[in-house]
Amino acid sequence: MQRFEFLGRFSRNRGALVGACLILVVALLAVFASLLFPTDPLRIVGMPELWPGEDPDFPLGTDSLGRDILAMIVHGARATLLIGLFASAVATLIGVSVGATAGYFGGWVDEIAMRAAELFQTIPNLIFVLTIVVILGSTLTNIVIAIGIVSWTPIARMTRAEFLSLRDREFVQACRSMGMGDFRIILTEILPNALPPVIVLSSLVVAGAILFESAVSFLGLGDPNVASWGRLVGDGRQLIRSSWYICAIPGIAIMITVLCLNLVGDGLNDALNPKLRDR
Amino acid sequence: MSLLALKDVRVHFNTAAGVVRAVSGVSLDLAVGETLGLVGESGCGKSTLGKAIMKLVPVAAGEIVVEGTNIAPLQGAALSEMRRKVQMIFQDPYGSLNPRSTVGRSISQPMVLAGWTQGAIDERLETLLGWVGLPSDARQRYPHEFSGGQRQRIGIARALALSPKLIICDEPVSALDVSVRAQVINLLEDLKSQFGVSYLFISHDLSVVEHIADRVAVMYLGTLVEVGARDQIWRNPQHPYTKALLAAAPIANPKLARARQRTVLQGELPSPLNPPAGCPFHSRCPIAQDRCKEERPVLRPVASGAQAACHFV
Amino acid sequence: MAALPLEVRDLRTTLFTRRGEMKAVDGLSLSVGAGETVALVGESGCGKSLSALSIMRLLPDPPARIVGGSVKLNGRDIVPLPEDGMLDIRGKEIGMIFQDPMSSLNPVATVEKQIVEVLMTHTELGRGQARVRAHELLELVGMPDAARRLDAYPHQLSGGMCQRVVIAMAIACSPSVLIADEPTTALDVTVQAQVLSLLKKLQADAGMAMIFITHDLGVVAETADRVVVMYAGRKVEEATVDDLFEAPLHPYTAGLIGATPTPGAERAARLADIPGMVPPLNALPRGCAFAPRCPKVMERCRSERPALTVPAPGRLVACFAAEAG
Repeated sequence: MQRFEFLGRFSRNRGALVGACLILVVALLAVFASLLFPTDPLRIVGMPELWPGEDPDFPLGTDSLGRDILAMIVHGARATLLIGLFASAVATLIGVSVGATAGYFGGWVDEIAMRAAELFQTIPNLIFVLTIVVILGSTLTNIVIAIGIVSWTPIARMTRAEFLSLRDREFVQACRSMGMGDFRIILTEILPNALPPVIVLSSLVVAGAILFESAVSFLGLGDPNVASWGRLVGDGRQLIRSSWYICAIPGIAIMITVLCLNLVGDGLNDALNPKLRDR
Repeated sequence: MSLLALKDVRVHFNTAAGVVRAVSGVSLDLAVGETLGLVGESGCGKSTLGKAIMKLVPVAAGEIVVEGTNIAPLQGAALSEMRRKVQMIFQDPYGSLNPRSTVGRSISQPMVLAGWTQGAIDERLETLLGWVGLPSDARQRYPHEFSGGQRQRIGIARALALSPKLIICDEPVSALDVSVRAQVINLLEDLKSQFGVSYLFISHDLSVVEHIADRVAVMYLGTLVEVGARDQIWRNPQHPYTKALLAAAPIANPKLARARQRTVLQGELPSPLNPPAGCPFHSRCPIAQDRCKEERPVLRPVASGAQAACHFV
Repeated sequence: MAALPLEVRDLRTTLFTRRGEMKAVDGLSLSVGAGETVALVGESGCGKSLSALSIMRLLPDPPARIVGGSVKLNGRDIVPLPEDGMLDIRGKEIGMIFQDPMSSLNPVATVEKQIVEVLMTHTELGRGQARVRAHELLELVGMPDAARRLDAYPHQLSGGMCQRVVIAMAIACSPSVLIADEPTTALDVTVQAQVLSLLKKLQADAGMAMIFITHDLGVVAETADRVVVMYAGRKVEEATVDDLFEAPLHPYTAGLIGATPTPGAERAARLADIPGMVPPLNALPRGCAFAPRCPKVMERCRSERPALTVPAPGRLVACFAAEAG
């Protein structure tokens, strides 16, 4: 019952529906990349610098080494989406844990957690990510964790605010009066009520993480074994005057995906925010 | 042995502006099968006292004795054992149920925590829903599908789950419409005569308390000012604050309302941050004298048979 | 004959929502004379607050809109007036007091500033004169220590004091009609008594017509001259306060009175409750809206909606059972 209501409200937002469909397409491409393009996308398959449409075998053209851009985009979708999802998962995990603890217990716990969040907010994000990657090495895992670490603070703040307003509600007091433990109250009673806005924020963090990773890869500090979209942009930057499409095509892919994620976030916000119901 | 005995209970809150003495020395007895009404205006500490008994707020001093055991210092398992004897019904029928839990899950929580088997819980759930007059398909539905009165019934079912001896009702009907309020009050009375459960009925609504309570305690600024049987309080109030409260309560009868002498109490409740010295009521009291500003009156038996805390009754 | 301060004829307000159109106020007629207090009584969802907002033309649009009827204020119909015409009327000819005094005041302006603003919008008074008048008004509404409270912000005042400020603003321009929507519901008993006696005194002094909206029959008995009982958007009974409590004609009115405990009365074994609950506006029964809960329900009630009849001079009731006697 509630599920259907949720879907109904979500699909009322046209933009969100379009966004969700496009994201679905990108995700399907990512999942079936090996079926669509069974050969290694990084293999040289044709003449270098073929413009899109020049050769019907390579609809999006080839890059400076003669690799199929379409194949690289499709395979890159997998890396890009995974990085976005995992980085957002890391950020959400840290953010929700810190925010829930701070909001529920309050007092000095809250004080410490929020000062820590402020500390992370004052550090320039990109520089922090680059530093971690340079020190620990540019592996996919390190990049994901680094992005997660710089992105958790808004989630922690949001979770804390939700917990602050929920912890004094009477249903929580009822649980406490039954002798339910703090951990159980946080996890089974308050968290499900606090999650909707956090989910919205997490979907936006996915978009942010994709942009971060693109920036890191563009600067040439990405994982050399992973052909993410950001790296494709970075690889093409030497030829940006002559063959600008090598940069532009993955760039457009990033733009569309991030835009769609933001649309989905808006749609989730409308669908999950009960105050906007029935408008 | 009384079911519940409070001995000089004190609750203090530390706030940025200083220490608030929300409850400052309340002693009270509640007998088995009795309904004790606790009345007072907002900020007098009546809800805090109820929460202190449930150990929802820290008790600064005093004893809370339930069936001979002082629960004030208890922690962990020993406390859980005692909690089964005392349950609570909350004011806000919208806030007291988790909006994302089914009604069945909300009601079965105390039984789950007490370690019941799923079969026993299901059986009990059926019985409880029947007692409070809800259809048995209510269990898989969510709170937002129910009206305020029905939600309050759900809260009552949850409180009854472990067959408590005492239920603390914190303004249980204040948020309800008149006709629904009567339904809930009747339900509480039926359950009482059926199971012999006792109530501590906290309310600001004097007409409701008069209807349901056997004995009444009147609270002002964290202390009790008068305690007595229902008729003693209503027919022959002794403390000037009790008199003022009764005079202020609207009567749903235009002829009686016009006929009665109405002395409207001036001023408002002083801040509990810096309560007046001496008698807490002296700043608004029509019969206050110099003695009241210095010496705090204690609760003592007075002529009507009740107890009152006033130098001049 | 001079026109009555307020005459409402067949007022209809509909809520246009995704779930369909709901008749929140369905043909309400009501008149209030100078110096008279009419209580509008009913449970939540009966349309009493929306009636008041309709009269004030303060409806949240969308979803609510007046779809018919007239509201005559001192003889002039204000329903067709444009919004900027209403700005002159609200606060000047008709004042309103809301339930929650805290949220009806601007939290970042002082008491004086808020009262002065009302005065300067609607009168010719200069700032200096308006200030003097603001002080007078605060004295009039019995604000303790009025001179000092002028510079206070709402959060520095208690609920009772805020309600006094709201009342001062509502009566600042001596309106001929005052609408009080549950003005004492958020207040404590002793403060409620203070505010009720204040409202009565102000009304008697100025000869204002007052509509008093409440769910509390005790408050009705204390304040009203005449009572209009509403159920599911319609008026079901109207009578003088004495007649109504003495001999309620509509089973719903009787139910409400029976469900309210009367202090001092002999203790009844049970309160007379009304079974069931107020039906949602989008699922009203076909006949009389009260039929599913009514102890005197007849076959006819389920198919046909009873119209208002006049069983005795000065009384109105919409019930087949009451007609039959």
